[in-house]
Amino acid sequence: MSLPRSPERPAGRGRLAVLFEQAIELLIRLCGISAIVFVFGIFFFVFREGAPYLAQLDLGAFLFSSDWYPSNDPAHYGAGALLLGTLSVTLLAMLMAVPFGLGAAVFVSEFSAPRTREVLKIVIELLAAVPSVVWGFIGMSVLGPLIKDVFQVPLGVNMFNAALLLALMSVPIIVSIGEDALKAVPDSYREAALALGATRWQTVFRMLFPAAKNGLLAAVLLGVGRAIGETMAVLMATGHSARIPTSLFDPVQTLTATIAAELGEARQGSEHYQVLFLIGVLLFTLTFAVNLTADLVVKGIRRK
Amino acid sequence: MFTETLTGRKKQRHERVARMFFGLMTAAMVIPLLLIVGFVVFKGAPAMTWEFFSTNPRRGGTAGGIWPALVGTLYLILVSLCISAPIGVLAAVYLNEYAKENWFTRIVNLAVVNLAGVPSIVHGLFGLGAFVYALHFGKSILAAALTLAIMTLPVIIASTKEALASVPRSFREACWNVGASRWQTIWRIVLPNSISGILTGVILQVSRTAGETAPVMLTGVATFKAIEGGGLFLYDLREQCMALSMHLFYVRTQASGAPEELSYAIAATLLGVVLLVNTTAICFRVFLRARKKW
Amino acid sequence: MNARKKIEVSGLRLSFGDKEVLHGISFDVYAGEILGVIGPAQSGKTSLLRCINRTIEFTPGARVGGRIAVDGQDVQHVKDVHGLRRKIGMVAPLPVGLPLSIYDNVAFAPRAAGARDRAWLDGHVEQCLRQAALWDEVKERLDVLGTKLSGGQQQRLTIARALSHQPEILCLDEFSIAIDPVTTMRIEDVLKELSRDMTIVLVTNLVQQARRLAARTLFLWNGHIVELDRTEVVFSDSPGDRRTYEYVNGIFG
Repeated sequence: MSLPRSPERPAGRGRLAVLFEQAIELLIRLCGISAIVFVFGIFFFVFREGAPYLAQLDLGAFLFSSDWYPSNDPAHYGAGALLLGTLSVTLLAMLMAVPFGLGAAVFVSEFSAPRTREVLKIVIELLAAVPSVVWGFIGMSVLGPLIKDVFQVPLGVNMFNAALLLALMSVPIIVSIGEDALKAVPDSYREAALALGATRWQTVFRMLFPAAKNGLLAAVLLGVGRAIGETMAVLMATGHSARIPTSLFDPVQTLTATIAAELGEARQGSEHYQVLFLIGVLLFTLTFAVNLTADLVVKGIRRK
Repeated sequence: MFTETLTGRKKQRHERVARMFFGLMTAAMVIPLLLIVGFVVFKGAPAMTWEFFSTNPRRGGTAGGIWPALVGTLYLILVSLCISAPIGVLAAVYLNEYAKENWFTRIVNLAVVNLAGVPSIVHGLFGLGAFVYALHFGKSILAAALTLAIMTLPVIIASTKEALASVPRSFREACWNVGASRWQTIWRIVLPNSISGILTGVILQVSRTAGETAPVMLTGVATFKAIEGGGLFLYDLREQCMALSMHLFYVRTQASGAPEELSYAIAATLLGVVLLVNTTAICFRVFLRARKKW
Repeated sequence: MNARKKIEVSGLRLSFGDKEVLHGISFDVYAGEILGVIGPAQSGKTSLLRCINRTIEFTPGARVGGRIAVDGQDVQHVKDVHGLRRKIGMVAPLPVGLPLSIYDNVAFAPRAAGARDRAWLDGHVEQCLRQAALWDEVKERLDVLGTKLSGGQQQRLTIARALSHQPEILCLDEFSIAIDPVTTMRIEDVLKELSRDMTIVLVTNLVQQARRLAARTLFLWNGHIVELDRTEVVFSDSPGDRRTYEYVNGIFG
């Protein structure tokens, strides 16, 4: 016996449906390249606003002079102190964040029970979500008075305060990316190390860290990127004063905070306005370099 | 036999000490943070009355409530979401379903990573240069929301991409085998089964948008703009608005004489909104993971 | 054999990157026959099927040379590739229930092809499920997710789906790899029924399956055709090539 065939065949899709599909695929491709368009767009528009000042820009003075007097006559635009402010706050923040961040990454990935791990990861995720203006507020209202009392310094909002905040803000990134990197080390390595009689210390420092070093480096770099680009927290908690700091508890001023604080007063198209956009270009370039390096480092792991 | 147990014991001690050490490092980071967050909420709680949430600020932000800031933040979230969610989802579809493995795709991916890494203040400069001045939107909700949308695009691209990648390839192959086109496969099988990841991305994006300050303060958020009668639909997209994050900054740093509880209450509200949104995302993820279809 | 040629393969080459997996193979499949394809793992059997319905295009780095024609039409140059794929039913080694209801699983392909008439779909779904010997087990619960069925049921669901777009050719790729012998026998009976009005290409890891079902058998090894002949010959004591005898009798492979 032969099985009956269905009586008719669907006629195939209409022209309209096919056209619709071509349209939507075009749209998908356009959205796909949108990220490239936006990155170039950001550079283009920020650069465009700052570009007129380039003709009279003395790059040496811009990068290394610490005379930042935008409202004097004649005005001085030496961003050296600001650059130094950004770098010193970032460095100090990393000195605090990297050991704790990596330590916590090791704990989450190697030493905690599955339940603890889930809870910790959720807590870390929530910490990462705290807005930077809230961190700034915490720096001013909670940490500031605390630092003033504990260290007996005249001003609670200073480099140390801001660095502490930046450390707290970048720790979640370092932990989550660092944990991924440690997870990527095969279990067989761990078993082999323990079988050879290594203690857990040795396993962590001699085997795990070297094996995951690229991922850990990328984690730190992304933390650095976050710290350099942070604005509101440093605006509120650094004390915001464009001087070369001489101690941990001196106020500093960063590149990002300068833009946020002064752009409101700078007239559109004025020199000051243009210089602030050039600082934006500088920041874009800095973070671009950091992120690119982090990405290349991570790609390095995958190729292995 | 004897030496063996000795090293065994020594090892156990090492193990315990190591666990303690790394555990303390984690605790040293997590516990103070929880204390600080708790402290902010504790200090702000007394000022968080119904009147605080439902009225306009008064006397230059030193008294009164935060209603217009809440509404403004809501507007910024909704408008930027309408822009970035479709673009972000489609971009992720492109990267996961269409893009070939070549240098161009690598550059696109790199652009996404770098877009996420651009400092928020630089996004603000971009929004100012591009939307406010070049496109003549003026300082407005529209300009601010566009800036936020571009800024948060990587969030939704990343989580959508992850969700799409978790749909097994065999499903796609089965669809292709029966003559379904790429788009039919994506629309009927891939997208419906990654909806949880996409929504998680959208929720995280909402939380980012709610907290951002630097970019919106350059592109369209005003320090004071009352809404008459506690209304909801009084803003035009061409107008400026207030925002919760900016309001916190303003009250804490510019409004001299504002009582301490007021700024604590604003901080606690902002923190509450963001954490609530994120907790929703987490619950959502757990819930949807539990009823996975395969 | 002087029947019509349904599929003509000539000089087919396939490479992934630098690695060539099919080295210029040629054979024909006649309308209405069951062609068995046997050979050890990694000999290119699955890739061969994927070349025929052109889903090989979705594999990055795949390059196809030579010519495949279905009903005399070169597959590389057909206007409507989706129409070509609908003409060929494809059953993958591992059962794939789509994360849709059983009904929607079977109705997926007709809908993708533009079918909207609910009454027609109802009848068609029932008929496809009957053909795949699955109807009686699922007729009470057509709204259950396809992914929740047992392995054997999912494999028959896959077959029902492959039949749902009314193909003229049915390609099966090691369909019995993940299911029990009893289900395998049931599906083999189904195939015998189906072979009355369609052409079947049966790639199999079980040489005896080819012996039971196929009119002719093709032995593919390392991307070359070692032998293609009537099944009795291939399974006889003196096939054309000594390697065939050794493989069929489990001496190597």
